[in-house]
Amino acid sequence: MEPISVIEGTALPIDRSDVDTDQIIPAEYLKRIERTGFGPFLFAEWRKDPDFVLNDPRYEGASIMIAGDNFGSGSSREHAPWAIEDAGFRAIIAPSFADIFRNNCTKIGLLPVELRGESVRALMDAVLDDPSTRIVVDLRSTVVRAPGLDEVFDVEDFTRWRLLEGLDDIGLTMRNESKVTAFEQTRPGWLPTA
Amino acid sequence: MEQTLAEKVWERHVVHRADGEPDLLYIDLHLVHEVTSPQAFDGLRLHGRGVRRPDLTVATMDHNVPTTEGPVIDDTSARQMLALQTNAEEFGITLYPWGGAGQGIVHVIGPEMGYTQPGMTIVCGDSHTSTHGAFGALAIGIGTSEVEHVLATQTLPQNRVKTMSVTVDGELPANCSAKDIILAIINRIGTSGGVGHVIEYRGSAIRGLSMEGRMTICNMSIEGGARAGMVAPDDTTFTYVEGRPHAPKGADWERALEDWRSLPTDDDATFDAEVAIDASSLRPFVSWGTNPAQSVTIDEAVPDPDSLGEPHRIEAARRALAYMALAPGTPMREIRPDTIFIGSCTNSRIEDLRVAAEIVAGKQIASGLRALVVPGSVAVKARAEQEGLDRVFRDAGFEWRGAGCSMCLGMNPDILQPGDRCASTSNRNFEGRQGKGGRTHLVSPRVAAATAIAGHFTTPEDL
Repeated sequence: MEPISVIEGTALPIDRSDVDTDQIIPAEYLKRIERTGFGPFLFAEWRKDPDFVLNDPRYEGASIMIAGDNFGSGSSREHAPWAIEDAGFRAIIAPSFADIFRNNCTKIGLLPVELRGESVRALMDAVLDDPSTRIVVDLRSTVVRAPGLDEVFDVEDFTRWRLLEGLDDIGLTMRNESKVTAFEQTRPGWLPTA
Repeated sequence: MEQTLAEKVWERHVVHRADGEPDLLYIDLHLVHEVTSPQAFDGLRLHGRGVRRPDLTVATMDHNVPTTEGPVIDDTSARQMLALQTNAEEFGITLYPWGGAGQGIVHVIGPEMGYTQPGMTIVCGDSHTSTHGAFGALAIGIGTSEVEHVLATQTLPQNRVKTMSVTVDGELPANCSAKDIILAIINRIGTSGGVGHVIEYRGSAIRGLSMEGRMTICNMSIEGGARAGMVAPDDTTFTYVEGRPHAPKGADWERALEDWRSLPTDDDATFDAEVAIDASSLRPFVSWGTNPAQSVTIDEAVPDPDSLGEPHRIEAARRALAYMALAPGTPMREIRPDTIFIGSCTNSRIEDLRVAAEIVAGKQIASGLRALVVPGSVAVKARAEQEGLDRVFRDAGFEWRGAGCSMCLGMNPDILQPGDRCASTSNRNFEGRQGKGGRTHLVSPRVAAATAIAGHFTTPEDL
């Protein structure tokens, strides 16, 4: 996982709430057995509409996505964050995220940033109005900065540290392997095995 | 300290706890399927890691599998199924493959074989893992990176969750089912009402449900945004588990039972959020929109978006109605689906099939309708055939299929065509969920079966 510290760039406005992972990447594109290459299928159905914002050349090269409430609801498919990351995004700003989606993002170094609803609305309007609006997401100081906005966001200390360092979760857990082994000795004997 | 069911199960599985870190939880059972696992196994190979507990890992094929006889004609599906087979062999994992006796939807076969038991932690790379919470297990849907993590370490780092009680008291009307309870709950709390919470379903109406009904309810917890859903284990639970192939036997059974009886939420324990629903006021629900909270009772009409209050809900409803090709004010009973799907991890168990079969027995589906019954597992299919349900469905004009996820998510050839309208017993009515341009209405098996006969949304009582 690539470390994250400061993400600066333009943003893509996805001005809808409850965007589910079936929209982010429809099921028919989940059949690849590789982790990469999902970017071209991001919002595959919505993209067929020439007016969909992802087809607007003014938003090309955006590294931040701005979205509505409850972004990433539905399926646990990690293909959704993979597709977003593969399409060049490093952070998503929304008033709220679905739990599994948010978790999946932090596992691959895609930063989910929750801001107050009014702030997201203001950013959304700014970006819709002027696609060249630059936004800074600073994970070191946990602040989002844009013209007229300077807001702190919440992120658990552990997740922040892991993302700043680009650390592999499995490697971190392996440090506690002796505790895992000890725990296994205490498990009741009736628990099922395959 | 007084604890909730969720807290008890959580605390029993903490392997490592430190300030400022997520808890490291031990995972008792890891269920694996073909779609969300290939990249996880690749990750293990890339880092030279093995599967720590293949004996606590169970795999099956469900998302992609055809439900008709014959070869897998889709190359990419075949590749994914082959990858799972290869990975299971390489890492020594028990696999119930397509074509084999134990195969089925992962959330149907776990309980059916007795792998799912009270007090366990269960994960799977699938959001509907919440199903297993019906047994008083803490069952969490995870992504592929976490699948890899669990394969490698048999643990999962988890940030603490909040608890929510949803109490459903009162007598459920005879024309309602578990599906109507959960659709009503999601309608009440919204698609994100449960975010950050584990829901415990409580109350007399929940206690009165069979395990199949409780599974239907816990299954759709994720549709309300919850991390998991649970029901406290009781005699209904124990009766269901006892005697299943992987259930404890003999003295172990007695020990397990004593332990499981200590799991229910303590009397004075408190929840971070509480919701109460009067079961006696419920009616059969039908969804009209493109998320599972956008629903009304079957007696109502498609709502006017402008009546929905908040601007983002109005906007979402407008878009949903445009996608669903529905006009505000249309009575739900006048809407005519062209497809009926009875299946999915929500409603494909033997009880669901029995209820639907009883309604369609001796009748014919409306002309021009396509109707599918897809049993949740090979075992459910065999049981139904023993009981003659396959004949009842076939005689009524239904297609009787093999086990799998099928038209719930359209990864196999069972898909809607653009513009098709489906009365579906599944869990998600997202745009294109059952096939590009397909329009999904979520309903119970009762309503699906009655609708198949009438040709428009209805209940068995009105046939």
